[in-house]
Amino acid sequence: MIEVRKLVKRFGLKTVLRGLDFHVEPGEFVALLGPNGAGKTTFLRILASLSRPTLGEVIIANHRLPAQAGALRRRIGVVSHLPLLYGELTAEENLRFYGRMYAVPGLEARLAEVLDLVGLAARRRDLVRTFSRGMQQRLAIGRAVLHAPEVMLFDEPHTGLDQEACDMLEEVLREVAARGRTVVMTSHDLARVADLASRFDVLSNGVIVASVQRAQIQPDDLLGFYRQALRSA
Amino acid sequence: MEPKPRLLTILDAVTAALFAIAVGLVFFYAPTEAVMGQVQRVFYFHVAAGWVGMLSFLAAAFAGIVYLRTGRRHWDIVGVAAVEIGIAFIFINIVTGSIWARPIWNTWWTWDPRLTTATIMELIYAAYLMLRQGIEDPDRRGRFGAVYAIVGFISVPLTFMSARLFRTIHPIVIGSNQPGAEGQFDMTPRMLQTFMFSLLTFTFVFVDLLWHRVRLGKLADHVEQLKLKLAA
Amino acid sequence: MDGAPVVSHAKTPGLLEGMRLYLRSIAALVWKDLAAELRSRELLSAMLVFALLVILIFNFALELDTRTRATVTAGVLWVTFAFAGTLGLNRSMAMEKDRGCLDGLLLAPVDRSAIYFGKAIGNLIFMILVEVIVLPIYSVLYNINLFQGGLLLVILLGSLGYVAVGTLLSAMAVQTRTRDILLPILLFPVAIPVLIAAVKSSTGFLQGLEMAEISPWLNLLLVYDVVFIAVAFMVFDYVVEE
Repeated sequence: MIEVRKLVKRFGLKTVLRGLDFHVEPGEFVALLGPNGAGKTTFLRILASLSRPTLGEVIIANHRLPAQAGALRRRIGVVSHLPLLYGELTAEENLRFYGRMYAVPGLEARLAEVLDLVGLAARRRDLVRTFSRGMQQRLAIGRAVLHAPEVMLFDEPHTGLDQEACDMLEEVLREVAARGRTVVMTSHDLARVADLASRFDVLSNGVIVASVQRAQIQPDDLLGFYRQALRSA
Repeated sequence: MEPKPRLLTILDAVTAALFAIAVGLVFFYAPTEAVMGQVQRVFYFHVAAGWVGMLSFLAAAFAGIVYLRTGRRHWDIVGVAAVEIGIAFIFINIVTGSIWARPIWNTWWTWDPRLTTATIMELIYAAYLMLRQGIEDPDRRGRFGAVYAIVGFISVPLTFMSARLFRTIHPIVIGSNQPGAEGQFDMTPRMLQTFMFSLLTFTFVFVDLLWHRVRLGKLADHVEQLKLKLAA
Repeated sequence: MDGAPVVSHAKTPGLLEGMRLYLRSIAALVWKDLAAELRSRELLSAMLVFALLVILIFNFALELDTRTRATVTAGVLWVTFAFAGTLGLNRSMAMEKDRGCLDGLLLAPVDRSAIYFGKAIGNLIFMILVEVIVLPIYSVLYNINLFQGGLLLVILLGSLGYVAVGTLLSAMAVQTRTRDILLPILLFPVAIPVLIAAVKSSTGFLQGLEMAEISPWLNLLLVYDVVFIAVAFMVFDYVVEE
C-alpha cells in the first residue's frame, strides 16, 4: 500500500530524512516511534502530500508523489496534532465544508453517520470554538474519514489530551482501524500505541532503525525494544 | 572550497580599468554642456546606475522564475544578490539625480514619474528583504522571495505608467522628447561616446559585483554546512 | 457505524466534470468564509469601524470643507478602503493559519488555484460590503452623491485588483514570523498603480470630466486586474505548497 525508497528530505542545508526505506502492507497499522526531532512529522507530511520529497521514491496506493498527489489526496485521510477545523463554524458545518471540498457523494447522510461515529451527534450544532481539545480531536478524525479514505495518517493525535479524552480517542481509532484501512501513526508515547498498532517502527535521525510485528513481541518488552533500537542507532 | 576563479580575477581587473577610463572620459573627453555646465557630467553615471538597477531587478525576477521551476538553491542566491545590487544602484541613481536637479530644476526633489517609480522600486525591494528576514525555513524563504521578486518587477512598469499619466518635467534624452521637459539637451558625438562607454562600464561592474555576491552567498552556505556538521 | 465501505475511487473526472468540481470547491470556500463571518461579524465590524475612524481623522486632518472636498474625496475614500482592506485580508488568512486549516485545504483534492480564487472572492465580498456601507455614510456626512455608475465601476475594478494581489501576499505574510506587520509593507508598494488609477478615475467621475480623460485610468485599472489575477493564479502554488 505504501512504498518508500531511499527518501531524502532537506530543509535548505539541513537534512532531516536520510535515505529512509519504508513499506506498509494493506490493512497494517504501523506505529512510527521516535524521539522529538527524529523526522516523524516531516515524514508524515511527505506521505500526506503536504511536503515534497527532496530525493527518493514515494508510492502510495499506486500513486507516485509528488506527481500524482492530486489523485492520491482523495484516498488519504490525515489527522495532525492541530485540528484543522474552523472555530467559527459548527461541527456539522465544518464537516459539510470539507465534504464539499472532497465532493463526497450523499453528503448529508454521510455527515450524520460520521458525527455518530465520533460521538458528536448531540453537539453537531455547536461551534467548534466551544469544544474541548478532546472533542476537537474526535471531530478532526471525523473530518479525516469523511471521504472514506483507504490510507489514514495520524500525527501525534494524543498531543494535549487528558486521560479520558485519550481513551475516547482510542475507541474511535480502533473503530477506524477495524475498517480494514491502512494506518500510519506517529507517537512518542509507547503506552498509548502498544495495543493499537500491528507493527512498530522506530525512526531515529532520519532513518528507520528497527521494526517489529506485534505478534512477535510481548507488550512489556516494547519499551526495551525501543530503547535498544535507539541505542544501536 | 574552490579558490577564486581565474576568470573572476581577470574580470575584476578589466572592470577596474574600464571604470578608470570612464571617469577619465566623463571629466576630460566629454565637452562641457553649454547651458547646464559642469553639473551635466553627472548624467553619464546617473543613467548608467539606473540601468544597472533595472538590470538587477530584471535578473532577480528571472532568477525567481528559474528558482520556482527548478528549486535549485543557486538561483535563490542569485536572486538576493541581484536585489541587493539593484537597491544600491537605484540609490546611487536617485542621489546623483538630486545633485543634478538642484541647479537645473531648482529643487532636490520632485514627484516626476521616474523619481516616483525609482522610489517605489526601492520600497518594493526593501519589503523583499524584510519578507526574507521574517522566514526561517530556507526553502520557504527562497520561494516567497522568488514570488515577490516576480510580482514586484511586474508592478514596476504599471507604476511608471500611472505616474507618467501625470505631467512630467523629466528630460528624456534618448528617444522622443516631450515639449516642456526642462533641462534637456542634444548630445554631441563625444557625449554620446562617453555615455555609451559609461553604460558598458557599469554593465561590467554589475556582472562583476553579481559574481562576487553569488560567490559570497555560496561561501556563507558552506560555513553554515560546516557548522551543521560540527553540531551533529 | 462507519457505513461507507472502503472503495477505490479510480475514476478520473472528465474536463467538464472537472470544471464543475473546481467551481464547486471555490463556492464551498466562499460559503465557508461567509458563514463564519456572518456568525462572528468580527471581520466586517472591525473593518467598518476602522474605515469610519479613518474618515473621521481625515475630516480633521484635512478640514474637509466644500472646496477641499471636491478634490480630495476620492483620495480619502481610497485610503480608507485600502487600510480597511488590509485589515480584512490579514484576518481572513490568519483564520486559515490558526488551527492549521491551511493544511486542511491543501489536503483536499482540489487545485491550489481554487483555494486562491475562493479566498480572493471572499475577500472581495467583504471589501465591497464595507464600501457599500461607507459610501452612503460619506454621502450623508458631506452632502455629496457618491452613487454614480462610473464611480461604482471604479470601486469594483479597484477593489478587484487590490484584493487579487492582497490575497496572494497575505498568504505569504501569515506564514512569516512578522505576520502582523508585514502585509501592508508588502502590499502597498505593489498596489500603488491600482490606487493611483482608482483615485484619479474616481475624481474624474466625481468632477464630471470627459470620458476621454478618465478612460486611460480605467484602462490601467483593467490591465492591472488582468495581469495580477493571472500572475497570482500562476504562482499561488508556490506560496502554499512546500
